[in-house]
Amino acid sequence: MTTTIRLQREPFDIAAEAAKLAGGRTDIGAVVTFTGICRADENGAPIAALTLEHYPGMAEAEIARHVEEARARWPLLGVTVIHRYGRLQPGEVIVLVATASSHRQAAFAAAEFLMDYLKTRAPFWKQVETVGGATWVEAKSADDAAAERWSAPPPRNEAAK
Amino acid sequence: MTAKATTKIKVLYFAWVRERIGLAEEEIEPPAAIATVGELTAWLAGRGEQYAHAFENPKAIRAAIDRSHVRADAKIEGAGEIAFFPPMTGG
Repeated sequence: MTTTIRLQREPFDIAAEAAKLAGGRTDIGAVVTFTGICRADENGAPIAALTLEHYPGMAEAEIARHVEEARARWPLLGVTVIHRYGRLQPGEVIVLVATASSHRQAAFAAAEFLMDYLKTRAPFWKQVETVGGATWVEAKSADDAAAERWSAPPPRNEAAK
Repeated sequence: MTAKATTKIKVLYFAWVRERIGLAEEEIEPPAAIATVGELTAWLAGRGEQYAHAFENPKAIRAAIDRSHVRADAKIEGAGEIAFFPPMTGG
């Protein structure tokens, strides 16, 4: 399985990364891409910019651990995760998670799994600039709940399918 | 019987933990009796007002040893690098 994990300041080209992932292969039937974008508001207040701090070394390692877990859970043929850091403006892309598989179920599920874990376990911290100054974004319990559901055993009717 | 020698550990701080303490990283030499992350947090909180402010709510602090998430009961012995940070907001 091809794995690409990059942390960078610079913007990236979603279409180019997806094309690299599929790479002319004929065994890949499904590519799912998720793009996270910087919104112009946080908690109802307009923001001028978003700055992402990260823990170099751990961020890559943590993302790699979760990509390995996704690979163990689903039949994936490729995964790309690109996460930016530094100062971003509203409208800019923050993160790309792209997954490739023979069929769509694995690609969709793995992309969602990776995003839920990126939100809660990858060492990045967001700070927003508003008219009032710079404030740290607080982690949301909804994100923890989303990540939690991947550790629950599947419901019985799912297992029976 | 020899007492356990104290070891130097590199400690990293991120986000508002870093802002409150005023340092991104430092080398510390905790007493030999400090065995776990939780005990280390409490010891750090006692180092001064800024540290106390950073660690005033231990439940709001997460830790990593050698770049892996750990819980408060994790042993610090042998750790090369310990990081303290708020809950993460990546993605």
